[in-house]
Amino acid sequence: MTLQQYLLYIVSPIICLALIIIFIRFLKGPKVVDRVIAIDLIITSGVGLIGVFCIIYDIPSFLDVATILALIAFLSTIAFAYYIDQGDKNGKR
Amino acid sequence: MSEILIMVLCTLGALFILIAALGIYRMPDFYTRLSVTVKASTLGVGCILGAVAIYFYDFSVSTKVFAIIFFLFITSPVAAYMISRTAYLSGVKLWKGSVVDELQNSEYLKDGEPTASKPEQPKPNDQIPPSL
Repeated sequence: MTLQQYLLYIVSPIICLALIIIFIRFLKGPKVVDRVIAIDLIITSGVGLIGVFCIIYDIPSFLDVATILALIAFLSTIAFAYYIDQGDKNGKR
Repeated sequence: MSEILIMVLCTLGALFILIAALGIYRMPDFYTRLSVTVKASTLGVGCILGAVAIYFYDFSVSTKVFAIIFFLFITSPVAAYMISRTAYLSGVKLWKGSVVDELQNSEYLKDGEPTASKPEQPKPNDQIPPSL
């Protein structure tokens, strides 16, 4: 079993299973903040999946996408936190 | 030799991401979910990106990988702090088995906002004397 086959048939299904479990939490989440951290975790796991794909297909250019995704995860969490905080001050949720 | 190292690092990273997913699915409370998620997922992604850096063995790829890991390790605690502060201020309750709530009677909360666990005591200045 070569390295590419190992990554393709064992490691990436584990990450995909993790993504499915996180998505169930995203659908169930009782509050908005649960969904926000579920989205954060989905994007962070996506960075890991992109790293695995880099090794499988031998293309290092995918790491640029991983950089942008890591930035978007941070910005989206901060933006949602600011939005929920401001909405609470005006009496809405 | 380096293939075995890459396999071990990728497997460790995938298992840490799976542990983070199980934690966010099984934990009873928002704060415990957040506490599991941030550490485990950051460590898992760090392991996988380290494997990428070992596989390519190139200066430009290593620089990108180091930038991503540095960015994740810096920003994810900040994001977790921001979202947990917002959750506490917006009234997300703690789990009923939680032992300590240090922000319960703290001055950290802003004036006049309802807290999560119990409402604030009415201030003595606001009370109008009933009989005049």
